[in-house]
Amino acid sequence: MSMQTPLRIVTGLGASGEGTIDFWRQRLTALANVPLTLFLVWFIIRVAGQDQAGMMAVVSNPLVAGALVLSIISMTWHMRIGVQIVIEDYVHTEGRKIACLAANNLFAAGVAGLCIVSILKLSFGS
Amino acid sequence: MAQPSRPLSPHLSHYKPEVTMVMSIMHRITGIGLCLGIAFLTWWLVAAAWGDDALALVNMVMSSWLGKLILIGFTWSLFHHMLGGIRHFFWDFGLGFSRPVRFGFAWATLIGGLVLTALVWALVLLV
Repeated sequence: MSMQTPLRIVTGLGASGEGTIDFWRQRLTALANVPLTLFLVWFIIRVAGQDQAGMMAVVSNPLVAGALVLSIISMTWHMRIGVQIVIEDYVHTEGRKIACLAANNLFAAGVAGLCIVSILKLSFGS
Repeated sequence: MAQPSRPLSPHLSHYKPEVTMVMSIMHRITGIGLCLGIAFLTWWLVAAAWGDDALALVNMVMSSWLGKLILIGFTWSLFHHMLGGIRHFFWDFGLGFSRPVRFGFAWATLIGGLVLTALVWALVLLV
């Protein structure tokens, strides 16, 4: 049982104490995604169709590898929140909703993990 | 989902489509489409780290006409979603809610996304 007064509980916190954090992170990652998207388009055009050695030559530059890793973090985070909002809007059955939310989180984490490890491996050399 | 017996608010089919409403829907569709795009990006990066055989397969698929179609769709989704997002920043600051500005934003998002995609692909295919 909570020792907090009812006023303390409702003042600006909501049920979880962090009600607007996803809203804020969605905007923060959106802002970061603007330059990162332009960078990513440049990167894909720059190395599309190249073999491993050609890609490693570009990704070995720490600025490129760093921007790539940051792109993946910011984009997968933004994606996770955005897709969660769509799921919460359209999936109403409780069990199915929880399954979709879990799949969404695992997809975002999986993409982030695989991409970051691959970028680092290309950057440090195979 | 069981049909509730209470009255339901009118949904999409009851309204005349407006460009602002269509851009709102397209912001979601391009967002979902980008999940597919990032899955392809993941395949490419993992293949590149894996080795030349895996990478050659990605390059073969992506240089086919279907692969190019996927890449053009990915490019357009990125730009469309980016411009739609920039529009949302104005709204977050309480700006651009008047009717002409909302409609201007909507058309700018649609046309801007197509123009940026055309520019990038003109650069890729011609230069």
